Amino acid sequence: MKRFGKIMILMVLLVAVVFSQAVYAKTFKYATSGDILTMDPHSQNEGPNNAMKNNVFECLVHRNYKLEVEPSLATSWEVINPTTWRFYLRKGVKFHDGSPFTADDVVFSYKRNAHPHSDMNAYLATVKEVKKVDDYTVDYITKGPDPILTQNLTAHFIMSKTWCEKHNVGNPIRGSTDEIYATRHANGTGPFIMEERVPDTRTVLVNNPNWWGNATKTHNLTKATFVPIANAATRVSALLTGEVDMIFPVPLQDVKRVNATPGVRAMQGPELRTVFLGFDQHRDELLDMKGSGKNPFKDVRVRRAFYQAIDIQAIHKKVMRGASTPSGLMIAPGIVGWDEELYKRYPYDPEASKKLLAEAGYADGFPITFDCPNDRYVNDEAICQAVVPMLSRIGIDVTLNAQTKGLHFDKIGLKQKNNTSFFMLGWTPGTYDGLNPLVNLMTVEGKAHGTWNCGKYTNPEVEALTKKIAVEVEQEKRLKLMREAMRIHKEDFGHIPLHQQALAWGVADYVDIKQPANDSVWLRYVNITK
Amino acid sequence: MIAYIIRRIFQAAIVMLAVGLIAFSMFTFVGDPIASMVGQDSTNEQRELIAEKLGLNDPFYIQYAHYLGRMLRGQFGISYRLGVPVTELFKERLPATLELSAVAALFTLVFGIPLGVYTGLHREGWISRFILTISLVGISLPTFLIGILLIFLFGVILGLLPSFGRGEVVQIGFWSSGLFTMSGLKSLIMPSVTLGMFQMTLILRLVRAEMLEVLRTDYIKFARARGLTNRVVNFRHALKNTLVPVMTITGLQIGGLIAFAIITETVFQWPGMGLLFIQAINFVDIPVMSAYLMLVAFFFVLINLIVDLLYYVVDPRLRVERTVGEGSV
Repeated sequence: MKRFGKIMILMVLLVAVVFSQAVYAKTFKYATSGDILTMDPHSQNEGPNNAMKNNVFECLVHRNYKLEVEPSLATSWEVINPTTWRFYLRKGVKFHDGSPFTADDVVFSYKRNAHPHSDMNAYLATVKEVKKVDDYTVDYITKGPDPILTQNLTAHFIMSKTWCEKHNVGNPIRGSTDEIYATRHANGTGPFIMEERVPDTRTVLVNNPNWWGNATKTHNLTKATFVPIANAATRVSALLTGEVDMIFPVPLQDVKRVNATPGVRAMQGPELRTVFLGFDQHRDELLDMKGSGKNPFKDVRVRRAFYQAIDIQAIHKKVMRGASTPSGLMIAPGIVGWDEELYKRYPYDPEASKKLLAEAGYADGFPITFDCPNDRYVNDEAICQAVVPMLSRIGIDVTLNAQTKGLHFDKIGLKQKNNTSFFMLGWTPGTYDGLNPLVNLMTVEGKAHGTWNCGKYTNPEVEALTKKIAVEVEQEKRLKLMREAMRIHKEDFGHIPLHQQALAWGVADYVDIKQPANDSVWLRYVNITK
Repeated sequence: MIAYIIRRIFQAAIVMLAVGLIAFSMFTFVGDPIASMVGQDSTNEQRELIAEKLGLNDPFYIQYAHYLGRMLRGQFGISYRLGVPVTELFKERLPATLELSAVAALFTLVFGIPLGVYTGLHREGWISRFILTISLVGISLPTFLIGILLIFLFGVILGLLPSFGRGEVVQIGFWSSGLFTMSGLKSLIMPSVTLGMFQMTLILRLVRAEMLEVLRTDYIKFARARGLTNRVVNFRHALKNTLVPVMTITGLQIGGLIAFAIITETVFQWPGMGLLFIQAINFVDIPVMSAYLMLVAFFFVLINLIVDLLYYVVDPRLRVERTVGEGSV
């Protein structure tokens, strides 16, 4: 009996150990359509890549899931003169390889991020240099007053100087003939350590037990695996069978199915990306009207006619199945500079459109080619196909040219010198601030302006306002200037904003996760509740 | 025989060069890898810098010459998308595709030939008709639909087989194999059935048609008249003669299995060459695309060469004619 008792105790202990392992191992497997491109945080500026960086690396400041800016590797900061920001760094932080985080790493990371081959250097375009004041204090010196510096610094990731020098990756390299160590290895300060990366198959992260924020951490994961699953149907199946715990995006037609299946749910919410249509407003003769010597889009009445011919509610209900928010502005609610009044669209009125066209001298319409991507935005080609009959109705002869995003962006972009008359494009401001779209989409004057202003819309007042906004430090004044610029652009019908598309994540019921409006899966907000 | 081989190898080399030229010129005029590599906030100067670095501004023939030079040295460049050398990517992904194609080919032959023989021998039986009707399904349904239906049935509803991926793989040198683990084998079943379904029905019908024709010939009648058993007649004599056209078709199809596993790999997220190629196309990843085309051309050429050589082995008539032709008066 005594022996039996001992065996019983041993067995109970064994079971307890086994179960406790199961209880403590919180794993999370998630999938999306494409793989991340590289583990080098200064290399690629792309949505899912940026989300992954935030798991392994950190910046001086960080955005929480509400997209508000919070202290991260910097505990506080102050503006000591209009062009100098002083950041006080957090003490006691270690990189994953054990080396300490100091001001040297910040200075080094600035130089690396600002390198011409870095895809992230636009975020530091306003910074002139970074100086070390002492081991835990740095000064960021800007070229001019930059009121939104901290907004941009949320994308300036800090790498370890000693690690980079040891592995000879002092510069980010893209388009070269040698792979660099940083593509598949990562050493950051973040809450997760990269354990394994097999390109196109999986990326495995494990919890960082030495993370400085562990006392107040908001996740309970021990291990996370990211797998790309390109085929949408397979991805949804993987979620339904429990092979993965979360997928994004869920195709619109599967949202109902995911909600109806026990054990999983579809989380939907607004995204910050605005999808819009643009016109060629700079050529004297429209590409589609060779020999006529005319460009109808230079006339605001024609642009307005196009705008009002589009039945956005029909698109919202039938094409997007309710998963969109019709927008009157080029920015989404949540972007600095948004205004509720301006967000309302002009009414749908095809009769008025026909009158406007006649007034402008195009009662018989004119031919255009409509350039559209077919694999970038949610239902992009379907939206364009819905717009074609809407324009035919007012007399425009539309030829739809839908193609893969690589070729589409070539055609409407700088490579082919904006070879387009009428196009679809989408934009999320990387800084979540209205200045970004003003600079990139709605102005042409100045260095780095108008990179994606494919129709070269320009209005002298908007140009002047944009320049003022860039250097205005006072928040209230800045917002007013931004709203004014947006208002002028709206009344000018510079573009036709369509909507913000909705995010759809498929999540297992035992996963508690926060969904930020920029469609990023940040592991630090994931909790497994089973 | 040797002269024949050398001639074929020479022809193969010409085919490879032609494919290389076509592939390369196509890619120079399609897509812009720079737009994929830089983020949306980059300036024109940055794009110019990268174009220079990649040599994208040189004239066509110079780029082609560089390309050939690199290829002969075995350097296929770095993938624009993943930043990893292409040869390494291929080394990682080729085992997956080859295993899948091999198992699919096995499925094709193991089911196709016996079923073809059976339906050829028992033309009127209801089992034969049933098999033929089902085979119509295999021919008419598109590959991706078969794949998705199988995932739905065996993955979601029955929960027996995994919906994606290769499962656990065992590394033997540079070859990663899924044949030695339970999950690896389970993961192989649905993709290989999907991939092999079309070829299987093809082989089935082909063998059936050939059997029907051969069974009507005189020498078969004489064999039966001699009193040979059905088994000997059907399998030793009839089947052997049906195999020549079957071999040709199988040879061509196996090349197709390897090259066009793209759809199956996309549906099942199989980490093989096909998926790599599709992703390269979307990203305009030129190094991967051109290397893939060269590799596929090489496979086709190699397999056709093997098939031609097998003719020699299987069909004695070819051997006899040859020697007669080479004789002198």
